[in-house]
Amino acid sequence: MILLPCPWCGPRDASEFGHVGESSPRPDPAAASPAQWRSYLYLRANTCGWVAETWYHRLGCRRFIKVERHTETNETRESRQPRLQPAADAGSPAQQARAASG
Amino acid sequence: MSQLAIGRSGSRSGSYPARYSAAGLIRRGLSHKEWPPAWRPHPVKPSYDVVIVGGGVHGLAAAYYLAANHGITDVAVLDKGYIGAGGSGRNTAILRSNYLTPEGVRFYDRSVRLYQRLAADLDYNVMFSQRGHLTLAHNDSSLRTMRWRAEVNKLEGVDSEVIGPAEIKRLAPFLDLSDAARYPVLGALYHPPGGIIRHDAVVWGYARGAAARGVHIHQHTEVTGIDVTGGRVRAVRTTQGDIATRTVLNATAGWSTLIADMAGVRLPVTTYPLQAAVTEPVKPFLSTVIVSGSLHVYISQTDRGELVFGASVDPFTSYSMRGSLEFIEGLAGHVLELMPALSKVRLLRQWAGLCDMTPDFSPIMGPTPVGGFLVDVGWGTYGFKAGPVSGEAMADCIASGQSPEIIAAFGLERFTAGALVGEKGAAAVGH
Repeated sequence: MILLPCPWCGPRDASEFGHVGESSPRPDPAAASPAQWRSYLYLRANTCGWVAETWYHRLGCRRFIKVERHTETNETRESRQPRLQPAADAGSPAQQARAASG
Repeated sequence: MSQLAIGRSGSRSGSYPARYSAAGLIRRGLSHKEWPPAWRPHPVKPSYDVVIVGGGVHGLAAAYYLAANHGITDVAVLDKGYIGAGGSGRNTAILRSNYLTPEGVRFYDRSVRLYQRLAADLDYNVMFSQRGHLTLAHNDSSLRTMRWRAEVNKLEGVDSEVIGPAEIKRLAPFLDLSDAARYPVLGALYHPPGGIIRHDAVVWGYARGAAARGVHIHQHTEVTGIDVTGGRVRAVRTTQGDIATRTVLNATAGWSTLIADMAGVRLPVTTYPLQAAVTEPVKPFLSTVIVSGSLHVYISQTDRGELVFGASVDPFTSYSMRGSLEFIEGLAGHVLELMPALSKVRLLRQWAGLCDMTPDFSPIMGPTPVGGFLVDVGWGTYGFKAGPVSGEAMADCIASGQSPEIIAAFGLERFTAGALVGEKGAAAVGH
């Protein structure tokens, strides 16, 4: 069983999540050449080792989260940047709980 | 050490490589003499004309056809494990050519034809059983795709047709064809030339045929780097020493990105594990290969009576080859939807192999922007059935310096040109 550290719900079974995978910055469609656009669409690093990737917690908080995972051993750890968008709030519930207990 | 011992007894017998025959089989059986080795190990030379990375069916077939069709014998096949340790020994050994695009159908049809005469070509029993292949349709959209596939297949001269439940019942009486099933069977694409083969025998047969023509097969030799200067391949670094060469073929599955990275070539590949399982042997009752896209499962019965189950790829990318309990639970449920009579059959084991998925579910074959670095990768869940035709085409590509017609549509440049070959509707069960 693989547990993913959801910053909102805590550790949950990987089967609750949809795998979005590696993402790269989207080029500006107006400025990118067809070759650049297709590289963005199709080429992947497909790293063998630690990656920071996106998952969707479809059977939980229904948020997109960042998780670090080793693609050969499937070990997981919390990403240093768990949310895709920086927010002005005090952090996720899990982070708040840790801050309160620590 | 055992390899050396085998090598010595082989040279002693004086008949290396042995020609297999019925008379030889009887003689060996009566005399209890050990069989001579199928091929001889060699030390790694400092240079080769061609270095093939990956000792699976693709790499070994390319080496065999380089030697047999083009007379290029200064070839090394490298594998970090033993030959056939990767996808070639982990697939479910199903062969078929009922694809969706004309390019795909022509390509896989050539492969089935090469497989049909492979035992004679290699003097090695590959146990090809053309028992027929049924792809079940559980909904209108699958049935529509199957009609489309059948028409494309017929135009390309491939035996393929859509049949109804009555005909399915005759071919596979153990299937639950009642209306009460959760996913009732509406029809099927029937492909009589499809079947199963002994995948290890294909690997060993190609290895033996290539080695007999002078190819060196180096097992447990991992590639650690590829030297590229001036936009051309110069050498391959391995755990057994450096090899100077001007031509490298990346024929790996699962690790194709890592090998391509060494040469500085980016690939549109993501690697997923695919799990399979096998049951205890039971009496022969299943004479065709059964595939259900909706249920993500394919089933065949081996010559030993075991039922081999395969599925779609795992739900996330990984280089891990560990099985999961979720998979086996899901698989068992899906198999029982199709064949409720199997509820008491026990599973013997499960395993996983790595699949390099491409965006269009077609392979990537031919030259790359780096001179002398060729790829035969991106084989997703359909690489084994294409082994012979890929080997033949890549050998042609290496010998002539350009992609032959049969693989022209599968070049790496199609992703920058936007000319994809969409095979998702026929290549995968998990969509």
